[in-house]
Amino acid sequence: MLLSSAGRLGWDPFLEMRRMQNEVNRLFADYEPRPAGTTAYPPVNLWVGEGSLVVTTELPGLEQNDLNIAVHDSTLTIGGTRKAPNNGQQANWHRQERAYGSFSRTLELPFRVDPDKVQARFTNGVLEIELQRPEQDKPRRIEVKAS
Amino acid sequence: MAQEMATVPNRELARQGDGSEATRARALYRAAADIYETGESIFVLAEMPGVAPNDVDITLERNLLTIRGRAPAPEHKGYRQVYAEYGDGDYERVFSLSEEVDRDRIKASHKNGLLVLELPKSAMARTKRIEVKAS
Repeated sequence: MLLSSAGRLGWDPFLEMRRMQNEVNRLFADYEPRPAGTTAYPPVNLWVGEGSLVVTTELPGLEQNDLNIAVHDSTLTIGGTRKAPNNGQQANWHRQERAYGSFSRTLELPFRVDPDKVQARFTNGVLEIELQRPEQDKPRRIEVKAS
Repeated sequence: MAQEMATVPNRELARQGDGSEATRARALYRAAADIYETGESIFVLAEMPGVAPNDVDITLERNLLTIRGRAPAPEHKGYRQVYAEYGDGDYERVFSLSEEVDRDRIKASHKNGLLVLELPKSAMARTKRIEVKAS
């Protein structure tokens, strides 16, 4: 889902078409309201570096303790609970645009990650998770010797 | 009652009310908000992820309450973005207040990217319970 795997299995024209469709959808995503239920929560951004990954997501209003992050092989699960305001029980609601309750989302990462080297930071409602590729999985440079 | 000035679909770029262009080269989002009313106050919870408490700006001009938040652009040195489901930028939203809000006692707090505004009702507008006496 996140990265094209065309390289592994040879060239797949349908995959390329799907990828292009996704790109076009992403371009227009901001211009038309998405149908309810199709957008996964929370929305994530993915950054790739040399042998590491950064996943960021917006979770305003949550406390650090409300978050659950789990890593297994190449999947990352972000879960949590957004509690409704204490004084909102008997209140008269005029407008509700934020959702309350628990959520969970599992992402397939482009490579396996080391579960012991995961760093997560939560600042101003933005969660940032840094994941490292295990040492033995990192691509190695092979020297070509002149004969 | 706290009411919204203009309705724009969620996450769509909010345009300046007077049709002018923003001078900052960043996306401007309309902060998602919850509004509810208790006996004494009206509460507005507005989402501004990535905005630090010091970068929130609240102004009250006559009956227009404007909230603005500036978020720094995320920096990941040595990384390139490969996938995006949300954009980052600044936030803005304007609410119009009714007469029943006591303007001098408005309280605001900002924590974990959520702005909480408490708009206390003036003594006149508070809910009073009227007992029904059995005759």
